[in-house]
Amino acid sequence: MISHNYQRRQWVNTAAFSLTAGCAIFTLAILFFVLGYVTFHGASSLSLDFFTKLPKPVGEAGGGMANAIAGTLKLLLLAGGLGIPFGLMGGIYLAEFGDNKIGFLVRYAADVINGVPSIVMGIFAYTIIVLPMGHFSTLAGGVALGVMLIPITVRSTEEFMKLVPNGVREAALALGLPEWKMICFVVLPTAIKGVLTGNLLAMSRVAGETAPLLFTAFGNRYWSSGWLNPISALPVMVYTYAIAPYKDWNQQAWAAALVLLMIVLSANIGARWIMRRGLTS
Amino acid sequence: MTPTTLTPQIDFQPPTPMSHSETSGNSIRLGDWIFRGLTLLFALSILAIAAGMAWQLFHSSVLARRAFGWAFLGKKIWDPVAENFGALTFIYGTLVSSALALVIAVPLGIGIVIFLAELAPRRLSETCSFLIELLAAIPSVVYGLIGIFFLVPLMRQVVQPTLAGTLGWLPLFQGPAYGVGMLSAGIVLAIMIVPFIATISREVLLSTPRELKESAMALGATHWEVVRMTVLPYARAGILGSIFLALGRALGETMAVTMVIGNRPDISASLFAPGYTMAAVIANEFTEATSDLYVHTLIEIGLILFVITILVNGIARLMLLRLKTS
Repeated sequence: MISHNYQRRQWVNTAAFSLTAGCAIFTLAILFFVLGYVTFHGASSLSLDFFTKLPKPVGEAGGGMANAIAGTLKLLLLAGGLGIPFGLMGGIYLAEFGDNKIGFLVRYAADVINGVPSIVMGIFAYTIIVLPMGHFSTLAGGVALGVMLIPITVRSTEEFMKLVPNGVREAALALGLPEWKMICFVVLPTAIKGVLTGNLLAMSRVAGETAPLLFTAFGNRYWSSGWLNPISALPVMVYTYAIAPYKDWNQQAWAAALVLLMIVLSANIGARWIMRRGLTS
Repeated sequence: MTPTTLTPQIDFQPPTPMSHSETSGNSIRLGDWIFRGLTLLFALSILAIAAGMAWQLFHSSVLARRAFGWAFLGKKIWDPVAENFGALTFIYGTLVSSALALVIAVPLGIGIVIFLAELAPRRLSETCSFLIELLAAIPSVVYGLIGIFFLVPLMRQVVQPTLAGTLGWLPLFQGPAYGVGMLSAGIVLAIMIVPFIATISREVLLSTPRELKESAMALGATHWEVVRMTVLPYARAGILGSIFLALGRALGETMAVTMVIGNRPDISASLFAPGYTMAAVIANEFTEATSDLYVHTLIEIGLILFVITILVNGIARLMLLRLKTS
């Protein structure tokens, strides 16, 4: 009797764990399928033209997305320029002085911003920039993405600066350094790899965002001059070309998706690589 | 207020012989004061951004609130020509597609978590969770693209006919197989939120006290019984927190859903039927909204989405926080 029961329990044990392994394998299979599928379809429609030419009108074959690639980089530059200072300085405040009510509120605000759907971020940028200016612009898109960056950079900056041992701070102060020099030239450089990782991860996340750009940066079929005109971006191009009823455009959407995926994943993996090296050395 | 009172943490003077003449005690304090003020300013502006966001959404949807009041939430009609709007179909679509995503993602996620924390050797576990995190890094629009060209045809030709054939007696699986619809949206969302459940819960499961597991094992429990009776109950709050975090993501997810859900403002019992979500209607109609009232209505939908996601994320944070303090 007992041995029978024991066998049944062993069997349940094996079955349950096989099931969990199955879940993991299934999910990893989805990842590899997604990567493989995009690579397969994207690579076949990728060409030099894609990187160097402007989009062609409907019906004309060929053309590329050079302006969208440049647009994505421009938007990222703006987003980083706007968001990273807030993230960095806010993170320094939280790590060094934030053990109080203000710190609690700021952390809470960062969490709220982190949870806001990206499309709502687009509405926010629309109401504060597009409406007063009267037209879509690179600036509005950059602000929408920049605000999305803040919570990720602020929390990672805080976390990694807190990892710096207090002894380091005390040693710096004991040498007569003023507090601000201690933070900027001793604590921050010690935590720099983690801080960099947080920023890169944040950039890689907003690089793939489409929704907040739909009615801020809007899109542009030509080269965009300056910062106050609408601008094209890769994710938006993937979207418009994917839902268009033209075979040519759908092909281009795959190519754009592949390039976008490459940018996002290499930034993501690069960031984790920096952190791993930083933590082991 | 003098600068000295603002820097209470450091109450020592650098030894005078070591400091240069220009960095006397007074100017050190001034530098610290400026630096601290500057970081405080940036920190407070984060607070201001969050508050400003709420205020902007509220302020920019005033026309819609004035025109429709609370009835807006319960009205099914969506008629831009007559400017008669209601949000019910979108709220319904958002909730149902997210619920569907959870139904698929939660068992899958918990399965992965148990595998990662209990079965897989450390190295394999770390590689796997890294790869699963990559799943969360893939842009939403790429999922949408694969949804349109791979999942939707697959659903139309294979999955939906099969489901209708076997489970067709349920109202959930009746109706024509369009391919696009609630079910497709739920599946895409599920793939997008599984990483949240898996990677966050993994940390919690790995922190289960050894003694707890060892004592269960000493009583003769099999490994699975240890997991079921000690590890999972111990990690329950953390797993629930990660599920709510994932739900928050699913509710606000825009592009992938817009591309596969069918975008028809309708409420139907069938999961095959096309639906619409709050995020999708904003994405689709915002640039086409011609009148002020129309724009304000869409912003009000954004406001509702904002409030719902804040509540859901708040619950998630609360659960994960309680875990940390206990």
